[in-house]
Amino acid sequence: MSTIQTGEPFVVFDHVQKSYDGENLVVKDLNLSIGKGEFLTMLGPSGSGKTTCLMMLAGFETATRGQILLNGVNINEMPPHKRGIGMVFQNYALFPHMTVAENLSFPLEVRGMDKAEREEKVTRALDMVQMGKFAARRPGQMSGGQCQRIALARALVFDPELVLMDEPLGALDKQLREHMQYEIKALHDRLGITVVYVTHDQGEALTMSDRVAVFNDGRIQQLAPPDELYERPKNSFVAQFIGENNKLPGTVEALDGDHCTVRLQTGELITATPVNIRHVGQETLVSIRPERVEHKSEMIPAGAYMIDAEVIEVIYMGDIFRTRMRVAGTEDFVMKSRNTMGQTRLAAGQKLKIGWHPADARALDPIE
Amino acid sequence: MTETASLTTSDGKPLKAALAASLATRRKKALLLVAPLLLFVLVTFIVPIGQMLFQSVHNDGFSSTAPTLQAWFKDHPEGSDIDESAYAALAADLKQMKADRTAGVAGTRINYDISGTQSLFTSTARKADTMKPPYKDAILATSDKWGDPNVWRAMRDASSPYTIDFFLNAVDMTRASDGHIVAVPSDQAVYKKLFWRTIVMSAEITVLCLLLGFPIAFLLANIPMRHAMLLMILVLLPFWTSLLVRTTSWMVLLQQQGVINDLLVWLGIIDNGHRLEMMYNETGTIIAMTHILLPFTILPLYSVMKTIPPSYVRAARSLGATSWTAFRRVYLPQTLPGLGAGGLLVFILAMGYYITPALVGGADGQMISNMIAFHMQKSLNWSLAAALSTILLVIVMIFFWIYDRIVGIDKMKLG
Repeated sequence: MSTIQTGEPFVVFDHVQKSYDGENLVVKDLNLSIGKGEFLTMLGPSGSGKTTCLMMLAGFETATRGQILLNGVNINEMPPHKRGIGMVFQNYALFPHMTVAENLSFPLEVRGMDKAEREEKVTRALDMVQMGKFAARRPGQMSGGQCQRIALARALVFDPELVLMDEPLGALDKQLREHMQYEIKALHDRLGITVVYVTHDQGEALTMSDRVAVFNDGRIQQLAPPDELYERPKNSFVAQFIGENNKLPGTVEALDGDHCTVRLQTGELITATPVNIRHVGQETLVSIRPERVEHKSEMIPAGAYMIDAEVIEVIYMGDIFRTRMRVAGTEDFVMKSRNTMGQTRLAAGQKLKIGWHPADARALDPIE
Repeated sequence: MTETASLTTSDGKPLKAALAASLATRRKKALLLVAPLLLFVLVTFIVPIGQMLFQSVHNDGFSSTAPTLQAWFKDHPEGSDIDESAYAALAADLKQMKADRTAGVAGTRINYDISGTQSLFTSTARKADTMKPPYKDAILATSDKWGDPNVWRAMRDASSPYTIDFFLNAVDMTRASDGHIVAVPSDQAVYKKLFWRTIVMSAEITVLCLLLGFPIAFLLANIPMRHAMLLMILVLLPFWTSLLVRTTSWMVLLQQQGVINDLLVWLGIIDNGHRLEMMYNETGTIIAMTHILLPFTILPLYSVMKTIPPSYVRAARSLGATSWTAFRRVYLPQTLPGLGAGGLLVFILAMGYYITPALVGGADGQMISNMIAFHMQKSLNWSLAAALSTILLVIVMIFFWIYDRIVGIDKMKLG
């Protein structure tokens, strides 16, 4: 478990379960505490339960079991409009029959704020997302990126302490998405709000979050800051889901503290760092990040494990070369090499030795 | 300007002309596709409506059969003395009518204005051959009705094939014997009241349909697809049942010895002596028509609601709105195109509805269309029926115009 907490627990999921049909649990025993001011991302494939968690927090779904605490108060029975949580939806959900200003004014109106105060807050919120000139427009007259900014401003205009975002950038093109990531992050830092962000885009999760909760099959697979998640995945699912990953199946031959010896299917014995290995003789998947694999002797770290490889194809991707090769019986072993000045460009069919440090080879559970 | 003008296609034609030519070909092809329907609509819709509009101001039943009188009326302006020359003209026309067997036609036209005159024409025409001058005495001898100035006034009006008299009749007006337009006595005034009742009843039916249809449409749009299909069949079932069957089944339910009354008596809610009158009055018409027209509100509402994602209401709720506020300020305004389309559709259909009020309406559940049918089939005053229909058409178009001004016709969504 991660130890990073930006403040005292602000949102707590306590043994929360959710089922829609009474037969299958969509969320299975969720325990999660989110600190005040934290940017937490729920990451996972579709159907993993992350959106359901968000909807329970927002109040649109009720937990089948367990309780959700907001600021120490059980909010299970509290209707959504009393929770005071800002929310940004995937399709923006800007009211099409209202202008931008009316959209922003809506949450203030329902709170009974007087006109002068409303106008001041609307202007401030629009300026915050650099959309001051668009107050009189209707959502239908704006681009996706502009709508997204307005949706963001609307979720923030009534000064909520907690903002939920449900794949807010899903509908934007890549460039705009990356730009908005930085803006959302900057807003979070500036306003000191707590953000719970749902996405299936791992890049987004790594870029923006303080911590990432990786969901699969209704459970949190790992909850950790981005760097830890990427470099020290706790199981094969996380290793697979976050970034690219080479998998070498094998059997554990020896287990000794923070080292283990794995016999690969083709017979080679390699040293790896055991992560969730319980006993000798267990099936395992050894996971190695493509960028930690080297082929030039001067780049290979001391104590590296060397293995034979045959190049199948080389893809030029601009900043890197992506080399797919045959290693220990698998044909989709990938090596990524930076396109530096002295980089050797390999050719298909070439046979060579590659190597990696045993610390980068992590022995994980076999995927069923 | 010069830049675009100088643009040419590769073979040197001006670009604009080439584009126009290619678009014209496409338009012609498109026109061919709609041509059969256009022809059909022209023959079966536009021409009959035009004829109806024409008939409401045109009736040559008298003017074509009484040319001599027509000439006399032309030479002698209103207020002239009805002298021997007038009777001579009348006698000449009556002789001709006898020969052509058209006395009935002429009589029918005058009969619209003064009842009982049809037989006056036919009986006098029978004796026309034997008449000798002075004609005044001869004709007055057959019936002293011929001395009635109202009959002569009516003949003068009818001597022109074009008249607005039918429209006057349709709004409860008539011409006094001196030719001035006056309101008919209040005990004979029916049409204005009937038009007003038609509008009020249609409005009531529309409001009821919207109130009943809205929740069903909402349910349809928000339950899982397979349940929605079943419910949709139930909604559409009335469409597949004969209108007559549906109306008569309402008769079975609503009449005084009917199912509903029996049930209420059996339950002890009402006394056997005080059975509810739910049929042969306005209530019956409204109940049965609401049922029949309900699908016309549900379908447009459903198609609009289907396109409103649940995230709008969720967004409103998360922004602090109660469920009622979220409904009123966010959901309801977005269903407006469906409400407008369904409401307008039902209102217009109800304005012209005929069978149901005829069967369950009784005396005070009748609508203007029943009166139009009466004049078409019973009184055979087609011109008055046409005038009533024209007024109905104008009223509907006025409502259409009001709708366009308030809601905007482009916002309407029929499904």
